[in-house]
Amino acid sequence: MLRGLLATLKEMVVDPVTTVQYPEVKRPVSRRYKGRHTLKRYENGLEKCIGCSLCAAACPADAIFVEAAINTDEERYSPGERYASTYEINFLRCIFCGFCEDACPTEAIVLGDQYEMSFTERSQSIYDKAMLLEPVPAGVQPTPQKTEPGKFTRSVPEMQDPKD
Amino acid sequence: MPKMVTLTIDNHPVTVPQGTVVVDAAKKIGVDIPVFCYHPKMEPVGMCRLCLVEIGRPMVDRATGQPLMNEDGTSKVQFGPKLETGCTTPVSEGMVVHTQTDGVTSARKDILEFLLTSHPLDCPVCDKGGECPLQNLTMRHGPGNSRFLFDEKQHLGKNIPLGELIYLDRERCIQCARCVRFQSDVVDDPVIGFYNRGRKLEIMSNSTPGFDSIFSGNTTDICPVGALTTADFRFGARPWELKSAASICTHCPVGCNLTINVRREAKSGGDVAIKRIMPRQNESVNEIWICDKGRMAYHYAESKERLTSPLVRKGADLLPVSWDEALDLAAEKIRSTGQLVTLAGGRLSNEDLFNLAQVTQTVNGRALLYTHMAGGDLVARYGLPEGSDLGALGKGDAILVIASDLHQEAPVWWLRLKQAAKRGAELIVLNPRETRLDKFAGHVVRYPYGQEVETLSAFLPGAQVPEALQAVVSAFQAAENAVVFYGSEGLGLDGSQAVAQTAAALVFSRGKTGQPNNGLVAVWPNGNTQGAWDMGFKPSADLASAVRTADVLWAAAVDPAGDDPALAEAVDGARFVIVQELFLSETARRADIVFPAQSFAEREGTVTSGELRVQRYYPAIRPDANIRPDFAISAQIGLRLGLKLEARVSSLALLQAVEKVPTYAGLSYQRLADVTEQWPIFGRKDMYYGGTGYANSQGLGVKLALAADGINPHAAKESAGMPPAAVNGLVLVPMTRLFDRGATVMPSTLLHQRLADKVLQLNPRTAEKLGLDNDSDVLVAANNWTVDARIQLDENVPVGVALVPRSTGFPVTAPLAATVTSRVAVPEVYGGLRS
Repeated sequence: MLRGLLATLKEMVVDPVTTVQYPEVKRPVSRRYKGRHTLKRYENGLEKCIGCSLCAAACPADAIFVEAAINTDEERYSPGERYASTYEINFLRCIFCGFCEDACPTEAIVLGDQYEMSFTERSQSIYDKAMLLEPVPAGVQPTPQKTEPGKFTRSVPEMQDPKD
Repeated sequence: MPKMVTLTIDNHPVTVPQGTVVVDAAKKIGVDIPVFCYHPKMEPVGMCRLCLVEIGRPMVDRATGQPLMNEDGTSKVQFGPKLETGCTTPVSEGMVVHTQTDGVTSARKDILEFLLTSHPLDCPVCDKGGECPLQNLTMRHGPGNSRFLFDEKQHLGKNIPLGELIYLDRERCIQCARCVRFQSDVVDDPVIGFYNRGRKLEIMSNSTPGFDSIFSGNTTDICPVGALTTADFRFGARPWELKSAASICTHCPVGCNLTINVRREAKSGGDVAIKRIMPRQNESVNEIWICDKGRMAYHYAESKERLTSPLVRKGADLLPVSWDEALDLAAEKIRSTGQLVTLAGGRLSNEDLFNLAQVTQTVNGRALLYTHMAGGDLVARYGLPEGSDLGALGKGDAILVIASDLHQEAPVWWLRLKQAAKRGAELIVLNPRETRLDKFAGHVVRYPYGQEVETLSAFLPGAQVPEALQAVVSAFQAAENAVVFYGSEGLGLDGSQAVAQTAAALVFSRGKTGQPNNGLVAVWPNGNTQGAWDMGFKPSADLASAVRTADVLWAAAVDPAGDDPALAEAVDGARFVIVQELFLSETARRADIVFPAQSFAEREGTVTSGELRVQRYYPAIRPDANIRPDFAISAQIGLRLGLKLEARVSSLALLQAVEKVPTYAGLSYQRLADVTEQWPIFGRKDMYYGGTGYANSQGLGVKLALAADGINPHAAKESAGMPPAAVNGLVLVPMTRLFDRGATVMPSTLLHQRLADKVLQLNPRTAEKLGLDNDSDVLVAANNWTVDARIQLDENVPVGVALVPRSTGFPVTAPLAATVTSRVAVPEVYGGLRS
């Protein structure tokens, strides 16, 4: 018995704090942590998502649902011709594999560090576009924006290869 | 039978008819030679160079003409110094083709690298992405990356409307000219073309309105990239998200096979919605083509205006009630009241029509068909029998078309007859005015409206043939096989009856009946008019009085009140009116009971085409829970009257019909779902030639047996003729335009620019006599009605008559004398001045 107690006492003294007082204290997540998704924006406020539905195609859990519509310069949501008029993720289905992030041609969908999700009803698990989209940067118009014709003709931006 | 040629492709021997190109011969044994510009329905041009293969031919001793042999006894084969295009090279005896050598592989890789130098690679937003031959072939044969500089990409216009139906993305175009060749060679509408050269080459539309062709949607199917896309489907869904249901177009009697692509949508409240309509391959009906009406005019099925509940008149209002209440009331009225008149339209399926006819016959009612065309009984007896195929008509065969503008009435038949004429068939067109078929006809005969029978009679044996017709009559006589098409250009029921009889007498007396590729074809106004005849419906010569004197009028899929004020009055005169409809039509507004019916996209059914082919359509979208199919509505009324009718499953309803209708014997939904191998191969798993909608796995339809020949047909003695025109008046002649203003077309707003206008088409000389100008507004008056219309001058219209498009608001079913007065803007007269 004493030998057993010794181990406990040793732990108390040698490495005393292992319990994190969640939710008062939260541990930082790793840089590649895959939490709840965010839909990103460009600096000018336009949405990166072009409604191509490749994330939905890549999703092994069939958790993503996208519907596209036509952009105009009068009402522009994203660069190019097409934007997502509906974007929904069902987080009861999502397995946080990150395939959607890999499939995205515009780096619009990114799995973030948000892991605190709880639902009291099944319908609450479906996050729509407004809930997923990140806020507009300060001093920039929200979408839809009125843009000058001929400026945003390309849907897919030129991108660098990932560094890490 | 053409001579057969045997060659070796990748060490596999294959035997194909002479004249086959190497690409098709390879496809026959499952070897895919990649192609972009080659399309089996068009002449090869060899523009894209992707089909390069190594071709060797047996060597021949020039001195003796004998084939040179190797030591082992095989013939010596000499390969050309360069690769050859497989799409333009016809096969020859002993040819050896290699499709997998290093040279071929690297050629394909290089061609694809070239094609992609200026391709925008915006596949994520491209409507073709996922069913794109360029994507697929690049994945299979292309290089992993490009050596060309990204910054030097050619940037051209994107998202350019060629017309209101078709969008063009110039960057994506790979200059294969499939669309240009389709428009000029296949459908004779050369409204698009190439502009500029080299990398700056662009597709342009040179018509007003843009891309003015009724077949324009097909170019988006055959485009091997996403350069041409339809406005209707623009960003509607990604192709891999779509589910498909086989269907049949019910807009005209051709019965084109369709694939309805659907997807579950948040916009439609989470329900399944139709995203697009694609042609489905059926080589003996529509090949792989459909017209733009069939492709775009489906929106009525999802219209918000659709009826959603049975309605019963209580006082002045039609109020929603339960199905049982409405059905009980309808059955009670039919049982207890005297004369039942059932009026059905040609949009209904065979099952619907059978059940309606059964109920009507049980209570000794009259089953009337709402149409302006007669002769369904004759077509059932002398129609095109089993084994017929318009695609097989060619040299030595004759096709006679009378009183029909096929380009507008049945576009795909027009296309098929044009092709038959190109293959050498003798095409004879008899029509009072010029139509788009004339150009391909060997003989064109003009007759005045009202002289149809007199003209057609010249073809009968023993007839006095006028000098002018001798050549054409002997051409018809000389034909081995003959098909006679008759339509309703300028004809009412009487006139059409006379033409149908004469045409039937013609095929019968010339012995052109009962054998494949011989017989009579009616160009019906609706998709299933033939089925309505077969199920026992017949038109009435005096519809208005039949309707007026009805104790119970039961109108299914027809709107007489909306078409003609005289019929509206007659509907008001009927004592009790039951209507089955999709929409609250004029007739439905006047009804005592209105039943909401399901559209073709929401249910199963069968329709009979003008060629006597019964085809089956499948449900594509989910109907509203409170809407029932027509056959169920009539069966449920029948059940209340003690009849044993099938009210739940339409396949069982067809089986009941099969027992009662002799020509339908042996039909079942299983047989209608049978498929035989279709050639050429389109749109299967390997996506050869592109297009995901083409594959036909749900049925090619079954040809009906001809009805037993009872009485020999007698030619009509004379045409119904034309009414005499009043002084300062005209005779209005009804004709059919493709994009009509019917309830099934109007909800498709995309087509509105192309709809038939409410115009009087006049010859300039007629207009001059009446003092009317182009575009002037007139009042047209006849028989107690007056309508506003606009004048449109057209050299093609015969003098003395005015053509009026059906369904545009003129209550004209047969030639009708009318007065036309100019509506010059009269200055407003104030009360003070008048007194």
